[in-house]
Amino acid sequence: MNKSDFVVRFAGEGGQGFMTAAIGLAAANTQSGYHAQTFATFPSQITGGPTWMQVRISTDTVLSRGDELDVLVVFNEEAYSIHKDEVRNGGVIIYDSDGMDLEGGESLGIPFDKLAKSTGNSRSANMVVMGALAGLIGIPQSILEEFVKRRWSNTARYGETIVPTNIHALTLGREAASSSGFEIGELNPPQKPNYEQIFVDGNQAICLGAVASGVQFYCGYPISPATTILIWMEKNLVGKGKFAYQVSSEIEAITSLIGAGYAGTKAMSATAGPGFSLMSEGLGMAWMAEIPLVIVNVQRGGPATGLPTKTEQSDLLNAINPAHGDVSLPVIAPGTVEECFYGTVQAFNWAETYQGPVVLLSEHSLSEKQQNIPKPNLETLEVQNRILYEGKNGYQRYEPGEISPMPIPGGPGSYVANASEHDGIGDTTHLSERHIQMTNRRFRKLESLMDSPYEHDKIDADVAIMPWGGSKGPAKEAYEKLLIDGKDIGWFYTMFLNPINPTLLEELRNKKLVLVPELNYLGQFASVLRSQGVNAEPITQYTGLPFKVKDLVQRISSRLAELENRRSAS
Amino acid sequence: MTDKNPEYDFKWCPGCGDFGVRRALEQALQKYIIDTEIPIENNVIVAGIGCSGNMVHLLEGQQPFGIHGLHGRTLPIAMGIKSSRPDLNVTVVAGDGDFLSIGMEHIAPQAQRNLDVCVIVMDNAVYGLTKGQSSPTSHEGMITSSTPYGKMEDAVNPLKLYLTLGVSHVASALSSKIKDLSQMIYDAMKYPGFAIVHVQSPCTEYNNTYEQLKGNVKKGIQPMAWSLPEDHNPESVSDAQNIVDRDGIPLGLIYQAKDRTSFSKRVEETTSSMNGKSAEDIITLYSV
Ligand SMILES: Cc1ncc(C[n+]2csc(CCOP(=O)(O)OP(=O)(O)O)c2C)c(N)n1
Ligand code: SF4
Repeated sequence: MNKSDFVVRFAGEGGQGFMTAAIGLAAANTQSGYHAQTFATFPSQITGGPTWMQVRISTDTVLSRGDELDVLVVFNEEAYSIHKDEVRNGGVIIYDSDGMDLEGGESLGIPFDKLAKSTGNSRSANMVVMGALAGLIGIPQSILEEFVKRRWSNTARYGETIVPTNIHALTLGREAASSSGFEIGELNPPQKPNYEQIFVDGNQAICLGAVASGVQFYCGYPISPATTILIWMEKNLVGKGKFAYQVSSEIEAITSLIGAGYAGTKAMSATAGPGFSLMSEGLGMAWMAEIPLVIVNVQRGGPATGLPTKTEQSDLLNAINPAHGDVSLPVIAPGTVEECFYGTVQAFNWAETYQGPVVLLSEHSLSEKQQNIPKPNLETLEVQNRILYEGKNGYQRYEPGEISPMPIPGGPGSYVANASEHDGIGDTTHLSERHIQMTNRRFRKLESLMDSPYEHDKIDADVAIMPWGGSKGPAKEAYEKLLIDGKDIGWFYTMFLNPINPTLLEELRNKKLVLVPELNYLGQFASVLRSQGVNAEPITQYTGLPFKVKDLVQRISSRLAELENRRSAS
Repeated sequence: MTDKNPEYDFKWCPGCGDFGVRRALEQALQKYIIDTEIPIENNVIVAGIGCSGNMVHLLEGQQPFGIHGLHGRTLPIAMGIKSSRPDLNVTVVAGDGDFLSIGMEHIAPQAQRNLDVCVIVMDNAVYGLTKGQSSPTSHEGMITSSTPYGKMEDAVNPLKLYLTLGVSHVASALSSKIKDLSQMIYDAMKYPGFAIVHVQSPCTEYNNTYEQLKGNVKKGIQPMAWSLPEDHNPESVSDAQNIVDRDGIPLGLIYQAKDRTSFSKRVEETTSSMNGKSAEDIITLYSV
């Protein structure tokens, strides 16, 4: 039996090293033309704890993490009992036969450590496991050997011995698996893509998008799951005219970005819920004083300190409206690792063109998801820059009406960038006429952002589903299953959540019902859509984990059946 | 900008100390742009929220760039400007409430970085703009609108605080001594590091302290303000500490760290001088 898709999960304390190897397995497979995606969930403690990671390898683009496991690798008995029920019929559970004793037909014991020691490299147990997996699904040895060589041959200290011992370990694992008699179906051969690819997680894709957009200034404060962006920037945003720094709080971060954006640079910070809340007043100021900047909120779960290491989509309302007073911040929510890249580029473009703050709303599940995506082509990438003021002094920077060229210190047109209501030159005012003019001006500026792209499919159907953010993948997979089941249903998607393209809104308003799968309690995007005249209804989940495709299929099907019943009753 | 802009309706009360600070700042800025040949448009005033922060709109003469932001956040805004554009001369103007209460958390990190900005704190020991509540520098027992039975906290000693936090350049002044103040602001602008000029700038409306500060011989009131002794060595930490431990208001340059590297310099030496990779090269690192 041949398969186009393969899902393996590594679970249990002490599994970290194996997980690094799992990423390696994924990366190795993408080199040969497979598509891969990883998904991980970690406890808050630094080491140990109930951790698991999952890799899905496919001959097609991977949309979600995969509901059912072909192989479960467990590192202790607890992990076995927690995860065993997610193994599909005919799947295999691999365990260390030296440390554990699992009864049951579908489990395959391999003495990982013992085999590793026999190679002379006791740390090669993860390679034993890799070898076994490759054996089970028929991935050629050459792909893995290539990976081992690439990974270790440059490490001068180890290269000489580590490469042959690791390859030996791979072979031992493979032999143990093939002699066991287990078979789970061979993976179809890969289609080698005719374009270049990169293998990145969501946060890395955001960093690359920022660099491609010409980011010059980054300040941040460590917070899960956004910390890796800070670390990345500190390492890479160096050189003349570049600045990346860990400041003392998110209040410092947002206000220093205001200074940098005002001074003419492209500025960004990344944070998560608690830090985003602290940025609230500063975001209001950037809106008021018209300062371009980009804030990434990698959402985690819950209010307050919440669930730092789980995923949720519960900051949408706060992202659109983070500050007091009349504000409506532009929000872009990427739904895939690739969109993390392009969403960031667009966030900078938006910030520069409308001259104000833009929120890139990512989420934990994307931040740690590693995936192969086409390598972005910088030559064709459109990068926009704010219009600079080049006239004389005495400039009315905030003259009501259109977006106006921005003066930068060192150039002409000195003004006061003012967080209080102001007149044209930026002096504080309390006149009603001015407040009306300036409020209208700030909202009118959003009109320049309304031609954003969106996806639609089966536009004649009465009912459509419209997920947002990271729920796109599972919802897309569910949608495809529903179509195969013969359901009459349409599809909408955009990562540009505020402002929503008016043409898209019009199409949505024509639907009898728009179902919005989203990971929160309130049904936040559904309520945004309802407030704009769309009959939207949320399908919510707040477990801290992404949707499973089969749950979505079941919930959408039963909602459709309900509607059908009501129709035939009336 | 008052002359030019009839719409702008904020006015300082007659006799407000901030008038003197404004005159001194205008003079210092004028001298600075002539001496350094840094044009006026390369100067930025970062203002806090309070009566004092309105300085940025009230300056007369050639207009620098300005940013009038949020209550308490002058320092990080200034850091964003200075570290993205080290070529700009950045001056912060803030009240004691803005700088020492809500904005207090920002002093220590900038002191450690030695952010090269000049800060002018206008201390009237009260919140002027919100109409007379107590501030960190209001003295214990002081009656204000928010301490109707007397303030129950000790007053903070700002000069001592700055020294403790490691501010590199600390000066103390009176708003009415415009010439001295102007020189101190000029020196602080030229100092390559974190420089604070702490100015006693009385609020005639809610805490008129002119008499206490300058004294009144007829009424037998001893002046609170006193000049530094001739032999004071501002480069000596212990001299500076002795000065700030004494009662009253010392006037002059209290402390100045000599060879401390400014933040711009640290950044330049550590990361700006590195060879950054191009976006294309960075992306290629992730190729499969
Ligand atoms: C976050 C926030 N809290 C409170 C205020 C209200 N507020 C405006 S000015 C001010 C105090 C001003 O006192 P100070 O900084 O000493 O300046 P002064 O008016 O005395 O010059 C306060 C509390 C505000 N603008 N923002
Ligand atoms: S209230 Fe006090 S500080 Fe404010 S302008 Fe009047 S005198 Fe000056």
